[in-house]
Amino acid sequence: MSGINDFVVKFATVNGSGSASANGIFAKTLFRMGIPVSPKNIFPSNIQGLPTWYEVRVSEAGYTARREGIDLMVAMNPQSYPQDVAEIVPGGWLLYDSTLPRIWPRSDITVLGIPIAEMCAKKWNDPRQRQLFKNMVYVGALTALLDIDLKVLEGAIGDQLKGKEKLVSANMEAVALGRDFASKTFQCPLPIHVRHATGAKGKILVSGNDAAGLGAIYAGATVCAWYPITPSTSLAEAYEKYAKRLRVAKDGRRLYGIVQAEDELAAIGIAIGGGWNGARSFTATSGPGISLMSEFLGLAYFAEVPVVLFNIQRGGPSTGMPTRTQQSDITICAYASHGDTKHVLLFPKDPTECFSMGAEAFDLAERLQTPVMVMSDLDIGMNDWMTDAFSWDDSKAHDRGKVLDAETLEKFAELKGKDWGRYQDIDGDGIPYRTLPGTHPTKGAFFTRGTSHDENARYTEDGVIHARVIDRIRRKHETAATIVPKPEIGIRDKGGKTGLIYFGATTPAVREALDLLERDGIHVNAMRIKAFPFTREVASFCAMHDRVFVVEQNRDAQMRALLMTEANVPGTKLIPALNYDGMPMTAAFVRGAVLKELKPAQVAAE
Amino acid sequence: MSYISKPVAHHPQLPRNKLGLTRRDYEGSMSTLCAGCGHDSITAAIIEASFEMDLPAHRIAKVSGIGCSSKAPTYFMNRSHGFNSVHGRMPSVTTGAAIANRDLVYIGVSGDGDTASIGLGQFCHAVRRRLNMTYIVMNNGCYGLTKGQFSATNDKSSPSKKGEANPFDAIDLCQLAIQLGAGFVARSFSGDKNQLVPLIQAAISYNGFAFLDVISPCVTFNNHTTSTKSYEYVRAHNLASENHLDYVEPKEEITIDYAEGTTADIELHDGSRLILNKLDSQHDPRDADAALMAIRTNAAKGAVATGLLYIDPTQQDMHDILATDARPLNALPMTELCPGSKALEAINARLQ
Repeated sequence: MSGINDFVVKFATVNGSGSASANGIFAKTLFRMGIPVSPKNIFPSNIQGLPTWYEVRVSEAGYTARREGIDLMVAMNPQSYPQDVAEIVPGGWLLYDSTLPRIWPRSDITVLGIPIAEMCAKKWNDPRQRQLFKNMVYVGALTALLDIDLKVLEGAIGDQLKGKEKLVSANMEAVALGRDFASKTFQCPLPIHVRHATGAKGKILVSGNDAAGLGAIYAGATVCAWYPITPSTSLAEAYEKYAKRLRVAKDGRRLYGIVQAEDELAAIGIAIGGGWNGARSFTATSGPGISLMSEFLGLAYFAEVPVVLFNIQRGGPSTGMPTRTQQSDITICAYASHGDTKHVLLFPKDPTECFSMGAEAFDLAERLQTPVMVMSDLDIGMNDWMTDAFSWDDSKAHDRGKVLDAETLEKFAELKGKDWGRYQDIDGDGIPYRTLPGTHPTKGAFFTRGTSHDENARYTEDGVIHARVIDRIRRKHETAATIVPKPEIGIRDKGGKTGLIYFGATTPAVREALDLLERDGIHVNAMRIKAFPFTREVASFCAMHDRVFVVEQNRDAQMRALLMTEANVPGTKLIPALNYDGMPMTAAFVRGAVLKELKPAQVAAE
Repeated sequence: MSYISKPVAHHPQLPRNKLGLTRRDYEGSMSTLCAGCGHDSITAAIIEASFEMDLPAHRIAKVSGIGCSSKAPTYFMNRSHGFNSVHGRMPSVTTGAAIANRDLVYIGVSGDGDTASIGLGQFCHAVRRRLNMTYIVMNNGCYGLTKGQFSATNDKSSPSKKGEANPFDAIDLCQLAIQLGAGFVARSFSGDKNQLVPLIQAAISYNGFAFLDVISPCVTFNNHTTSTKSYEYVRAHNLASENHLDYVEPKEEITIDYAEGTTADIELHDGSRLILNKLDSQHDPRDADAALMAIRTNAAKGAVATGLLYIDPTQQDMHDILATDARPLNALPMTELCPGSKALEAINARLQ
């Protein structure tokens, strides 16, 4: 598979050594040459000293899923040498710092030794520079080995170091050092190398958390409360970054309020308080935070307070793998909190959707007066993805839902033929009208509570009224199923009986796998779920197929269970395809899962 | 069914305030607490204070957690929105509400379980944040709704009704609030309306975190003769009242005569003034160390120091710290909040 504009480079470095920015510059340079790239940061839960990796898949065909089998390993960390060398495909290359020369155990790879530490020690006196520029030396060597456009690289370095122009030339010196050595020592370029392409044209390179933070800005969110937790922290930070740029009045006053709360309970409490008071409010968290926020989510569900929660899922259970990805919070988020609760979930597939769904989540939360959770994950949230540019329709107004102002409150009975009551279902869609504190001197006040209440928000212990109110909330969720995003369905085999369901970060792997399966002669219809509750298209897709693979990144097939419970799909036709090792899913995995079921003989032969 | 609305008819000659409202207009639904509960007296004091201050009830937001005390907001100001949230989490809900709309008056009602145990963390951080609110703890030293277990504010020397000893030291919320930098800290007693009403008025006028710990006997579970949170005990040991406070609204003339050297005059942000009539104590309530000392020395004598214990009239509030717009954030038009497609093009360009 590997060749020009089609290979995987992996950088093995030490956490905290400054390699992250050099690796980022490398990926950005290829992206700017127009080549589709997908960088994945595989990092430890540590600040300094442990091994960390950065994989970049280069694919002119535009396949951006993670791919196993490393063509070129840049091994800068002796700690992880054994496993790094083992990952190289036969015929691949190993670039390492040969200041301390080694004998390598593999004869089927080409070793490219560059005495990087020695070169840096000769060139620079300052120990910090000696360390940092090592990273740019290997990038420089790669420009020769992979035939990277130096001008584009210089531009990428310039952007990274905006405001520190002096450093650009110093970095370029380090690049030249590596490039010259490689050109003189090795036969450049290698058979795997790059050339200008067009696949990345018009795209952007951005992380999902950056995009979601921006989405909250565009949604008009003004209250952000959060508690630091990997991998969601950078979402709140992105919101703040964009707010400082886009949300400061001429007099310097801020049109937003951000609170780094004392814990996740307070973070969601603050967001709910803001939502109750009519400001678009949100929090961002990950698995352990969801557990902590559950009580409050039940309150917002039952008291019908709009709030948006971004869940950047990571490896569970418990503290689990904080720096690895999973889709394992589906069950807990769908039903977070005790009692009969059910929540609206959105499943973005990439940063572009983190932006658009991130904004849409606020419309849905206010329309439905309930928590809406955006189910991103570490892979989408923290990795830079090549993705479609963001777009915004200025003509489309934000949907603020059924909120009454003083004037409408005055005329409510006249307009609607019924008296207002906070939880009265006036329109038959299960969605009541709400009022905000301070709206009217004598009308519209009510007491928001998590205790059972009647249609006029008065405390009740009358079981008949209680059942009536929670039935009405169920009807509201039936309404939700008509307004949340519909699934994306791709028919490759009209009338075919094999389907596949997927969602979120596995999208690139599934799309590539479906292409691979076509070459195997297997045509699979696919549906990408975008939201819960399920719109009716979800059940009908399942009904149309005899067997449906459900691809997800958790052990317990949580989406499959949700399909069985909530869309009444018989479990016998739902075949789980599960990966939960914390790494982004590969196309090979998806293809293998389908083949194992449909052509077991071929799998055995392979 | 424990929601009982009150009849709306009332005496035609009830006194009216500047807004033309009577005290009845500041009432809520019928209390469902036990007869004689201290909490109902505090509720009455809140109604009295708001009536006298001519507060527009709909500009008040009532917030609470869970427990007997947290039910109380139902019993005052039906014209205000209220939020009975989850146990111990009222401070966070209020924080969000206050960020969203800085123009409302936030009155939080909590209990000693809600604040000193499950909600201790949230309480501390609301203080740190200088949240602009009046935070009232109706403090009875026990869990009423679950039938009388000790709370964390119950004195070590104070046994339960059944005679069980309390092995743990009490958390003194006033000392804690002062240490955390609350700008307004007072203690009072539900049975002393004359002291309580002006303290509530001062707390509402105060710009920043105003904390009021009101000892409020639980007539059912903690009003026995050996309890230090009983009516009898607090009456007998409240002799050490630190001061009596008169609240003077902005622009109002001071009509009471005070003996020379017995008063301190403190002006608040909104122009209202607090005239402190010092009683037994010589401690200056603007001195945090002296306030802590006064609480401790009185407690050592078995006495309860009440009154305005500490005040910093110049403190910044949360909105000053967050540098938020002068207008309520929930009233900003989307045209000011959403940057639009042009700005997005520039962002896309940077990410290319």
